[in-house]
Amino acid sequence: MRPIATTRSAAGIPTGLLAVWWVLASEVVIFGGLLGSYIMYRLAHDAWAVQAANTNMWIGAFNTFVLLTSSLTAVLAHQAAEHGDGKLAAKRLYYTCIGAATFIAVKAFEWTTEISHGMTISSNTFWSFYYTAAGLHALHVIAGAILMMYVAADAAKGRELHRVELIGIYWHFVDIVWIFLFPLLYIAK
Amino acid sequence: MAEHASPSHDHALAHHEAGWVKTYLFSTDHKIICFQYMFTGIFMALIGSFFAYVFRMQTAFPGVDVPGYGLVSAAEYNGLITSHGTIMIFWVAMPVLVAAFGNYLIPLMIGADDMVFPKINRLSYQIFFLSTVVLLSSFFVEGGPFGGAWTAYPPLSAVGAYNNTPLGSSLWVVAVALEFVAFLLGGINFITTSMNSRAPGMKLYDIPIVVWFIVIASILFMLSVGPLIAGAVMLFMDQNIGTGFFDPARGGDPVLWQHLFWFFGHPEVYVVLLPAIGITAEIITVFSRKKLFGYKTVLNTVIATGVLSFTVWAHHQFIAGIDPRMAHIFTITTLLISVPIAEMMFVFIATLYGGSITLSTPMLWALAFIGEFLIGGVTGIFLGASGADIYFHDTYFVLAHFHYTFFPIAIIGTFAGVTMWFPKMFGKMMNETLGKWHFWLTIIPFNCIFIPLFVLGAAGEHRRIYDYQNFPELSGEWFFSMRQFATVSLIVMLLAQVIFFANVFLSLRSGKKAGKNPFKSNTLEWQAESPPPHGNFAELPTVYRPPYEYSVPGRADDYWPQNAPS
Repeated sequence: MRPIATTRSAAGIPTGLLAVWWVLASEVVIFGGLLGSYIMYRLAHDAWAVQAANTNMWIGAFNTFVLLTSSLTAVLAHQAAEHGDGKLAAKRLYYTCIGAATFIAVKAFEWTTEISHGMTISSNTFWSFYYTAAGLHALHVIAGAILMMYVAADAAKGRELHRVELIGIYWHFVDIVWIFLFPLLYIAK
Repeated sequence: MAEHASPSHDHALAHHEAGWVKTYLFSTDHKIICFQYMFTGIFMALIGSFFAYVFRMQTAFPGVDVPGYGLVSAAEYNGLITSHGTIMIFWVAMPVLVAAFGNYLIPLMIGADDMVFPKINRLSYQIFFLSTVVLLSSFFVEGGPFGGAWTAYPPLSAVGAYNNTPLGSSLWVVAVALEFVAFLLGGINFITTSMNSRAPGMKLYDIPIVVWFIVIASILFMLSVGPLIAGAVMLFMDQNIGTGFFDPARGGDPVLWQHLFWFFGHPEVYVVLLPAIGITAEIITVFSRKKLFGYKTVLNTVIATGVLSFTVWAHHQFIAGIDPRMAHIFTITTLLISVPIAEMMFVFIATLYGGSITLSTPMLWALAFIGEFLIGGVTGIFLGASGADIYFHDTYFVLAHFHYTFFPIAIIGTFAGVTMWFPKMFGKMMNETLGKWHFWLTIIPFNCIFIPLFVLGAAGEHRRIYDYQNFPELSGEWFFSMRQFATVSLIVMLLAQVIFFANVFLSLRSGKKAGKNPFKSNTLEWQAESPPPHGNFAELPTVYRPPYEYSVPGRADDYWPQNAPS
């Protein structure tokens, strides 16, 4: 049973949407603190360029492509939900989940290779940041995909369609974090 | 009449059948969650105060067999002071002031039946409870609790071989991080509820100021804690996986932690200060029967304070090797932030001026808050100026300064709030005589504890010293008599708290029935039953006017409830 408080909208923005934006605000500062620290260190340690040269830009670029495409299907899911087509929205959300799974699989392959070449989290502070930042991002990808499957299962039955938009906003955020991570960790050498 | 009585009776029965566990331990009702936060906070306050007693005994009477504890070893001393700081800030001030009062007051004051996300609210408390268990468990692991001070500066906190408490320090980091997650969830609830669930007719400037302050505090918390959450993850990995973010021996930089910690740590002062100031403002308007002076100005001032509070953090690091030019900038911002806070003090005085003041117990606490916090603020000027701070850094002057800010916030603010809203929470009036005895026997010893510590600090006494007998220039007779005076005052103050608990129990058992609105207050929570039932209001209120319409000329009553149609 929901309280009446949940159904009110004094600010004119649906409650769920408002809460998602505040969640994102708190996430921005978490990643902001981590990436800010990384940038400050990177500027002070030219020697990290040698380490950064070992990251595989093409794998990173492929994952960027995968993640951006998955965001596209999330937008299309929102469009379907707006038209009240829960089944189509669910299908498109599942496509996004496939994108997430691909991203994680590629990441697993990439990390396995790097670790087997001796580039572990404790071998150098560059690699510490590399695994921490990308790892924290990957956790967000996994958590987002799990939530998305939950939302999609509801949407397929025509329930809680407004949540399709909310999970989509979260997914774009995950995407944008990666847009920052990719150049910082892979391109800047 | 009979028709009216029976449905509510059924309602009560249905609740009774839900069972004690479901009603009190797993409730989604914001009032029960308030009590959970408050009782956990008070329990932790008792632990934190006991620690203070133990280490103050060791400081004043080195090597004494502390009654109720025993001999204090150097390692235990470090653990005690660290845990005292950690507990009092993160497990007392935060849960009681922000979480408990926020939970109780926000839905009632904005005329809603609950938070917008009751289940997330419950989850917030459950995570907080888990964090409490993790923190307390660190007392029972090998090596004991973390002893590297509540600020956890690396490399001491990062390397087990340095701090000798590898497990204790990891549990400390995990507990703090869990607690942050709990308050993030709670904060999102507070903000969203206040933005969206206000009663019909309640415009932005009709919101009681304490609700505004708690919401602004939640936003400050949310925007400042992120870097420290990232920092906590990094510190945990430094401790356990072998990364070297903060350890210079492994290519890291310990000052980075100080930046991440204080980027949160300074706004955090305002996170706990704002609810306390808000509570004070509510009490002062009610007991001087006057409109809050300059509502909009106060609100804008607080928003400005919030913004400015993000730009002052490095004043904690003046001697950490930061660039002196940078230190000048932080000196300027730090001194600037005293302007809005001073303005708030003048606003309170202006509100009191010409009012019909009743010196009830909550009013005494509120007035004490203003006076004592003022001392804390003024001594902060010395520490914010980088030149003076080089001398004062890490002395008891700093310690006395922040106790003069945090004690008014966490203790005086809490007692002000509890004595004010006790009739609403439990439906019984508190005993005024006991309340006043408790007030004076807390306030006088409090000043007797910390004024000597200011003097000792100015005389050069350093913090975090286990035994001053090892420092000949700090172990003269004068030094020890000052320390002993402070310690004896502390014991008096702690014993006086028995009066408070006695008052609570006596009032609950045989206090006068409070009725809906014993203090003739305007805000919506006083228009509900005392205590409010599940769902708060029999009929959800509509708001017609701002919250502080006291002594309006031409009206018979000197108050005008927000929901009374004109």
